[in-house]
Amino acid sequence: MRKLALSDETLLTIEKPARYIGGEVNMQVKNLKEIDIRFCMCFPDVYEIGMSHLGIQILYDIFNRRNDTYCERVYSPWVDLDKIMREQNIPLFALESQDPIKEFDFLGITLQYEMCYTNVLQILELSQIPIYAKDRTEEDPIVIGGGPCSYNPEPIADFFDFFYIGEGETSYNEILDAYKKCKHEGKSRKEYLEQVAQIEGMYVPAFYDVKYKAAGTIESFHKNNVSAPDKVKKQVEMNLSETYYPTKPLVPFIKATQDRVVLEIQRGCIRGCRFCQAGMIYRPTRERSIDFLKKCVNEMLASTGHEEVSLSSLSSSDYSNLQELVNFLIDEFGSKGINISLPSLRIDAFALDVMSKVQDVRKSSLTFAPEAGTQRLRDVINKGLTEESILEGAAKAFQSGWNKVKLYFMMGLPTETEEDIEGIAVLSDLIARKYYELPKDQRNGKVSIGASASFFVPKPFTPFQWSRMNTAKEYIEKQRFLRGKFNAQLNKKSIKFNWHEAELSELEGVLARGDRRVSKVIYDAYKAGCLYDSWSEYFNNDKWMKAFEDNGITIAFYNSREREEDEIFPWDFIDVGVTKEFLLREYRKAKHELVTPNCRQTCFHCGAKSFGGGVCFEECTGQVIDFLSENTTVDDEKSSNIKGVEKTASMLTVSDSQEVSDECKN
Amino acid sequence: MNVRIKFQKYGAAKFIGHLDVMRYFQKAFRRANIDNEYTKGFSPHQILSFAAPLGVGLTSDSEYADLQLLSSDTPEIMIKRINAVMTEGFKVTSFRFLKEREEHQKAVTAMSLLASADYLVSLKDGYTINDSICSQAEFQKEFEHFYEKSIIEIDKKTKTSEKTVDIKPMISFIAFNKKEYEYKLRGTVNVDSSEIPDRDKPESVADIYDNGILVYLQLDTGSSVNLKPELVMEAFYGYLGIPYEKFAWQVHRQEVYSRVTESGKLAALDKVER
Repeated sequence: MRKLALSDETLLTIEKPARYIGGEVNMQVKNLKEIDIRFCMCFPDVYEIGMSHLGIQILYDIFNRRNDTYCERVYSPWVDLDKIMREQNIPLFALESQDPIKEFDFLGITLQYEMCYTNVLQILELSQIPIYAKDRTEEDPIVIGGGPCSYNPEPIADFFDFFYIGEGETSYNEILDAYKKCKHEGKSRKEYLEQVAQIEGMYVPAFYDVKYKAAGTIESFHKNNVSAPDKVKKQVEMNLSETYYPTKPLVPFIKATQDRVVLEIQRGCIRGCRFCQAGMIYRPTRERSIDFLKKCVNEMLASTGHEEVSLSSLSSSDYSNLQELVNFLIDEFGSKGINISLPSLRIDAFALDVMSKVQDVRKSSLTFAPEAGTQRLRDVINKGLTEESILEGAAKAFQSGWNKVKLYFMMGLPTETEEDIEGIAVLSDLIARKYYELPKDQRNGKVSIGASASFFVPKPFTPFQWSRMNTAKEYIEKQRFLRGKFNAQLNKKSIKFNWHEAELSELEGVLARGDRRVSKVIYDAYKAGCLYDSWSEYFNNDKWMKAFEDNGITIAFYNSREREEDEIFPWDFIDVGVTKEFLLREYRKAKHELVTPNCRQTCFHCGAKSFGGGVCFEECTGQVIDFLSENTTVDDEKSSNIKGVEKTASMLTVSDSQEVSDECKN
Repeated sequence: MNVRIKFQKYGAAKFIGHLDVMRYFQKAFRRANIDNEYTKGFSPHQILSFAAPLGVGLTSDSEYADLQLLSSDTPEIMIKRINAVMTEGFKVTSFRFLKEREEHQKAVTAMSLLASADYLVSLKDGYTINDSICSQAEFQKEFEHFYEKSIIEIDKKTKTSEKTVDIKPMISFIAFNKKEYEYKLRGTVNVDSSEIPDRDKPESVADIYDNGILVYLQLDTGSSVNLKPELVMEAFYGYLGIPYEKFAWQVHRQEVYSRVTESGKLAALDKVER
């Protein structure tokens, strides 16, 4: 029988002990005597969230296909176990073998959102691995970072030995082969990292120096080691239909956030919303073939026993064979008690038909993501969604029996005015009015509208990376102003207004666009007790503010400053394909309220064509398709509940597209 | 068709709670391609019910679940098919077709049949009781003294009140080794139906500890009267005058029973026809 790292007494004292016992369905078991490399894959959040992440499942599959490698997993111990492990000095362990992680060769940490950074330090400290990479010895595991946050790794650069920039399918075999060779030849940690630096896409922070100007911005960013490249090129898997896919994914004992088969249908997005990082860093858009997906879904349902399938991608309606795929799933599995969980879809006849087949209309809700309250501001952010199309989509859905609508907006977008904010309330009200235009006998009770507004956080590699971000104080004022406007609406009783935490967004802003100097703040905040910052009940803003103050670092420098067009950004050394020139062009167009059509309509030479494939090599339609009826979405209750944590659902370095933050629901 | 399966739960699986065990089996049946019957509606689910939820931390030789199937192989093949997709910690040991319900006959759930259950309670290694109880012989002596009392009272706390309950009548017997336990079983269990040749009996998955201190308990179980073995141990500690140490004991469920109306005796749930 498998041994457990924790005693019965500990396991029976903490919440959900099954988080820590491993042994799940499809878990890999290997004989340690027969392997050369031990790799521990980590998602730095609680088990139920980490286990929902497709990316780790893909990498777990890639690594374990190698006979010489045993890939295991670890997630953040919840606060109850964290306390016990510190008190009893229990080293953090991997779920499979239950062995301490400090005995491993590698620890790979996926970075899906900035607010997990203190959890990264927790993982390192509980593993008894030195937190700073510079303090690690030949005995310590090599610590790798990956995932969307590694597109600006600088605030956490000091804690990692290297970052893998891009999608994990391409280069891990090279990394592991080099390791085996180095180990065999008795080479040092540094010598190994020098070899890693020569593999395309790998960033070894120690091999670069940053100089700052007196004003605080970057003067220069230079390599200090000849092995390192000047620019690190993002890795992309160009053939998504002839590559790895985990056909035997792990099935947790306890209910994970994503308790279903996840089919990633495509990567990338043709839309080009100017606030959306995923839409830029995962370019070019690449689809998986429908035959590949059909084969995968059959195998995955058989190997997991899941009772639900969900499709995953950015802007799923843009997948060329969506109708065929959805119809296949319904025909093939609908009668076998398997639920089909639809992604956000553009509302059209097809969507409404499919929706009524797979879900209970009375219980599900529609989701629209207009993002901004007025057409002017929607043009600024390049969200090609018009008021007419939203109202038309809502009307169609109301006629078909829906009466619940969710709306997602952002506040604090560049160029925002009071009129734009008020527009959020006005648009919500217009949708409610649309419902009451239906004859009374066709209505399904009262309409219920949930409008939620998050605060815009500028992200690297987006056209808004130069933008000033609002302060928490400004956000709170705007939110108050908006609440007043909601109260002035005719249908105010049918509308529920939710908003995000302003302080959390402010901190996210610093961590998103920060530089290496921010790392000490993260370290100090963690040492002061910050952990699970993305869980509002554990977020402690005062401790963070004290850490900023102690280090003489001001939030305003990172957030409240419109950056110069020629400023050197901490993340400029990464080549994501999309060029800084394109992003700047887009930023200027935004200020002039000019829209950019999507990739299938016209190519605007963003730079992603350099990867040699995907949508860039399809023939452009040349025509600007009407934006009417595009981008409105239908969502079922279940999948939209998950969306709240869906920022968590991507992967170490494989860019599953679900991590799309709240801003980019469709 | 109605089917009752019996399974063991052991090892690390003891940390998996009842609701998760139900989800686990639903997925396992799908992996094994079992032809379960589903409820109708937008979120169909398998028709499945468990006899007696097992608490987190307990192991068992005899967990029962009733399911409805549309078609089935022979019990032997079905057991093989299900066990082929199980993870460590779960093993199906019996698969039995139940008598089809006649028209107008009320549906019975496995849970409503429960009358009694056997437990093996063992002291985990690394724990002690007190300075004077260091061996099974000493433990047996003390425990028998405790059990000899005509009334064993415990304080039962509910949400609203706290009342004193006599648990003595809810304990059918106690035993201190396997032989004694099996001998005493003959007194309460319907012998005809419980007689299984030893060679066919699956090996028990109960953990065995070096200290050898253990007690078998047969206790009333069910929706009206239900005595947990932990409460008996707590009462024993009360008798000794020392605070109860809940982590010291491993509780293992040996069997659960229904009461046979005619004889008044017990029959294991896989020995009854409904």
